[in-house]
Amino acid sequence: MKSLFSAKNKEVIVGPLSLNNPITVQVLGICSALAVTAKLEPAIVMGMSVTIIVAISNVIISLLRNTIPTRIRIIVQLVVVATLVTVVSQFLKAFAYDVSVQLSVYVGLIITNCILMGRLEAFAMSNRPWESFLDGLGNGFGYALILVIVAFFRELLGSGSLLGFHVIPASVYESGYVNNGLMVMPPMALIILAIIIWAHRTKVKQLQDN
Amino acid sequence: MKALRKLVDKIKPNFQEGGKLSMFHSVFDGFETFLFVPSKTSTSGTHIHDAVDSKRMMSMVVIALVPALLFGMFNVGYQHFLATGQLVATYWNPQTAQFWNIFLYGVALVLPKVIVSYVVGLGIEFTVAQWKKEEIHEGFLVSGILIPLIVPVDLPLWMLAVATAFSVIFAKEVFGGTGMNIFNVALVARAFLFFAYPTKMSGDEVWVGTNEVFGLGGGQLVDSFSGATPLGQTAVATGKEFVIHNVAGATTSWWDMFVGLIPGSIGETSVIAIALGAILLLVTRVASWKTMLSVFLGGAITAFLFNTFGAESNTMAHLPWYYHLVLGGFCFGAVFMATDPVTSARTEKGKWIFGFLIGAMAIVIRVLNPGYPEGMMLAILLMNIFAPLIDYFFVQANISKRLKRTTKSINA
Repeated sequence: MKSLFSAKNKEVIVGPLSLNNPITVQVLGICSALAVTAKLEPAIVMGMSVTIIVAISNVIISLLRNTIPTRIRIIVQLVVVATLVTVVSQFLKAFAYDVSVQLSVYVGLIITNCILMGRLEAFAMSNRPWESFLDGLGNGFGYALILVIVAFFRELLGSGSLLGFHVIPASVYESGYVNNGLMVMPPMALIILAIIIWAHRTKVKQLQDN
Repeated sequence: MKALRKLVDKIKPNFQEGGKLSMFHSVFDGFETFLFVPSKTSTSGTHIHDAVDSKRMMSMVVIALVPALLFGMFNVGYQHFLATGQLVATYWNPQTAQFWNIFLYGVALVLPKVIVSYVVGLGIEFTVAQWKKEEIHEGFLVSGILIPLIVPVDLPLWMLAVATAFSVIFAKEVFGGTGMNIFNVALVARAFLFFAYPTKMSGDEVWVGTNEVFGLGGGQLVDSFSGATPLGQTAVATGKEFVIHNVAGATTSWWDMFVGLIPGSIGETSVIAIALGAILLLVTRVASWKTMLSVFLGGAITAFLFNTFGAESNTMAHLPWYYHLVLGGFCFGAVFMATDPVTSARTEKGKWIFGFLIGAMAIVIRVLNPGYPEGMMLAILLMNIFAPLIDYFFVQANISKRLKRTTKSINA
């Protein structure tokens, strides 16, 4: 049991949260981060979906890694990911229909999410299943974390609500406050993401360029 | 002047390294160089030094904006008194009380906007300068007065503050401060407002001050009141023949639009006031006449083409070209925004293309997109992106031309 959570494995799961974050450091998966973060709820669901898919596909590819011929490995990876994405998409349609409508094509587009192919190629193809599982979880959480932060500010400032509940009191609106319409549009997601990257790099010295 | 110099020299040690007020070092430096041309000279390399530094250049633009600002204040009051039906025949006579009521009403609404814009913008500039241990950039001197002039009079002050902060940080400081920005800072502030708070930036309700301010103005609106701008009216109209009305329901003539007694953003309405500023900018060579002229050429030709070939049902296409040029922000944008030396094309030939496309694009947006009755802002921001590309092609063309000439002379 001890080796399951060794220092190296801990690093595998904690690294993607900050130092090796898939969005803010590797700058992968930006498109979906911009598209689904207008509200908090779809962002959380999207983050969970990606986490589950990365973790499971990482395990499957890692189990198959010694039998996959190198020349067709991308096709094999795609088949695995596509299967999982379809399962998750159908699951959402069955049990969380409203959210799946909000997410529209972006659940299906997880298959083209660079984080997935990146993790499968860079990690699962050369590591054992348990490490691959942790790596998938870590990267999924890192992705979800940024999505939730962006969505928090966009929903709060753009719609005055969080998870659909109005949090800005009516008295504030009566005194002249107006929701910021730009926050609901994709450009503002890009700018908030930029602010997060800015703050992140200011805080973490290792990430700064010389 | 000498006394001022002495005073500055006397308090100077306080602001230097180790002095009591060294935390305000950059603020002091900013004011000192504003009052006196700095005596610093470069110590390395060869430099050509012009007597007019960027602070002097910026001050010239600010002076050029004063007519538009004063007329804007008057017009804000004029629209209000027209809308409440209180206008008397001698309103334009500075001897009468009515004139001062009109003007003061405008001052009461416009001055707070100017102050908010300067306080927020300069506050950020000073903070950044102090933080980066640099001198204060003078760029905001112009942006700070441009921003209040291109917004509707009804815009809440906090929105103006948010937009100013946004544009100074994200359109200017992140690119490296004054002179490094890709987009015109004032227009980014306006674009931010336009997309973030569309209800306060467009429509029929925001262009005329209808409330009492500090005991000035007030009163019942006339029954026929409509606060739509001429361009706003044209955008929603159908058919080829169309008459533009003023806020009280009477017909507006081309002359009214030229003088500027129409609803619109605060500083943009009067062609005469803008022309006064334009003359100053051209005489002092702060702005390029090529850019300015080509914007008008581009606008006029495009509008003329729409007049001739536009669809019957599109009223905006059949607004005569000489109306297009005096309405909305066209003049203001052409004189004060398109000629911004930082964000416009810098090659002399490039200026013609840059300006022409701004004018053409502004009219195309007005005519073909009913959602944006004012195309000038988007046209200039769009061309700001293309300015470096235009310059690149002209520089490359020049290089290859010279290269050909040299190879020819070598071969011969």
